[in-house]
Amino acid sequence: MTALSLLTATGISKRFGGVHALSDVDFTINHGEIYGLIGPNGAGKTSLFNVLTGIYEADGGTFNFDGEPLDRLKPNQVAERGIARTFQNIRLFQNLSALENVMIGRHVRTHAGVIGAILRDKATLAEEAAIEKRAYELLDYVGVAKRANDQARHLAYGDQRRLEIARALATEPKLLALDEPAAGMNATETQTLKALLENIRHDGTTILLIEHDMKLVMNVCDRVLVLDYGKKIAEGSAREVQNDPKVVAAYLGGEILLNLKGA
Amino acid sequence: MSRRKKAIPPKAWIGVALIALALALLPFVAAIAGQAWVRILNFAMLYIMLALGLNIVVGFAGLLDLGYIAFYAVGAYVYALLASPHFGLHLPFWIILPLGAGIACLFGVLLGAPTLKLRGDYLAIVTLGFGEIIRIFMNNLNAPINITNGPQGINLIDPFHIGTLSLGRADTLLGIQFSGPQKYYYVLLLITIGVIVINLRLQNSRLGRAWEAIREDEIAAKAMGINTRNVKLLAFAMGASFGGIAGGIFSATQQFVSPESFGLFESVIVLAMVVLGGMGHIPGVILGAVLLTLLPEVLRSTMEPLQHALFGRVYVDAEIIRLLVFGIALVAIMLYRPAGLWPSAVRKRELETAITK
Repeated sequence: MTALSLLTATGISKRFGGVHALSDVDFTINHGEIYGLIGPNGAGKTSLFNVLTGIYEADGGTFNFDGEPLDRLKPNQVAERGIARTFQNIRLFQNLSALENVMIGRHVRTHAGVIGAILRDKATLAEEAAIEKRAYELLDYVGVAKRANDQARHLAYGDQRRLEIARALATEPKLLALDEPAAGMNATETQTLKALLENIRHDGTTILLIEHDMKLVMNVCDRVLVLDYGKKIAEGSAREVQNDPKVVAAYLGGEILLNLKGA
Repeated sequence: MSRRKKAIPPKAWIGVALIALALALLPFVAAIAGQAWVRILNFAMLYIMLALGLNIVVGFAGLLDLGYIAFYAVGAYVYALLASPHFGLHLPFWIILPLGAGIACLFGVLLGAPTLKLRGDYLAIVTLGFGEIIRIFMNNLNAPINITNGPQGINLIDPFHIGTLSLGRADTLLGIQFSGPQKYYYVLLLITIGVIVINLRLQNSRLGRAWEAIREDEIAAKAMGINTRNVKLLAFAMGASFGGIAGGIFSATQQFVSPESFGLFESVIVLAMVVLGGMGHIPGVILGAVLLTLLPEVLRSTMEPLQHALFGRVYVDAEIIRLLVFGIALVAIMLYRPAGLWPSAVRKRELETAITK
């Protein structure tokens, strides 16, 4: 393991009854890269996310994150260690405002408790002000600042996806794990998203990206991991992966290959 | 908040002064209709405290609690046992009330801990059982050692008193006659305002947001780093402690407690106040509590005279009409205002940090 690596997964396995959602998956994500995770539907991408973020417990294998193991941590502890995620089926706090959504993301990096809330002492007030300021900055960063006071559920689909990213960024992650952020976006929105991802990486956050939009993956990812039936079938640069015959086969008869070459 | 404190306009001050004056005069206005109405006002404030406490659990954190009245019972019995001839203890109220709140808080954690993984219907069933367990304990803890005096309840409970000043009897101050309930009114008013302020501050805090996050989406809340176990336990504990305070005051004003006062129906009524007023919205919950306390009393006192005036005799017992109208009103409100009478709007924040950059 080199000092370059931020996250190292070794032999990750997860079973649901008789189904091997993940078998013996190894990979390494380096500091400051955008690491793609692709594969056909049901390949185990989201399962891998859920195991990584503590929503499921792995049946085997270990993650080593930033020099320390991540084993058996609860989701909130994983977030505290510095991995933030978004969800494939957007899970915002629907009835709260966009700003409050992001403010909740600050929870894990702030401290005020019951006494502070009731007494509103100087430290608590300062912390609240800082939370609000940072939340607003993040909304601005992802480009939904105008909707700060609107309920999350009233935001356009693309804005909801970006709001989810802002909320995840509010936890100050070292690794940002995005589950299909471009799903349902049109070409323009995807372009904006690509720029946003590059900004995030430029500002020092490593990104793990599940995505079906191959054009986006091939354009933005430094390296790509391909899963099929829970197994790693390829890993490497976008170019290496798209020429891998196993990958082509996994995506049924090479259809994807044409798409990739077109990209 | 970082937003600059805007100078409060004079109009607002006049408004606040008028409300304060109205609240100060209210017990005397009510006394014209009879001291019973002052007592009803006091009950309304007790129910405001209970409803706000339950609102933390149900409205903020989204955990359905059908046994909330158990904490009210705990607070009431703590007061009754420590300030009555039953054990010969007569501690002052300013010790017992916080103690009652603390013990109720402990019971809140006791209920919260095993139910952390339950949601919705399942949580409702467990909390319902918990409420009944507490009531049945109160009913049966008179043997082998007599702790609660069983179904007979505890009698001759001390009223609030400071030195020789007792809130239990009438006094004349500055030439004005204050009845017992009127004096309690002012104490209750102070405590209620305190409870409201605490609730407002809790809601608009890091913790309040964490509660709301759990209500909205527990998995997302966890993934955002919220320790849902601790935050939920805190919701139960805080909610319960307000119930405990209300229970202590109930004991002191009634000077008598028995397990009968803490049945399931009471839990349901408090929950109805929260749901009807507007879950999670503090002004709405207060409105719900006031309406559901006053409405039955108004119906009770008007239905018989009304029948006399209309038909010359009483056909239906006032008590029956009261429950009937009450039930119809609840159904109607839920049909036409399913989010409650006064539901919460999205909180707008003024962003001085924003845009001005």
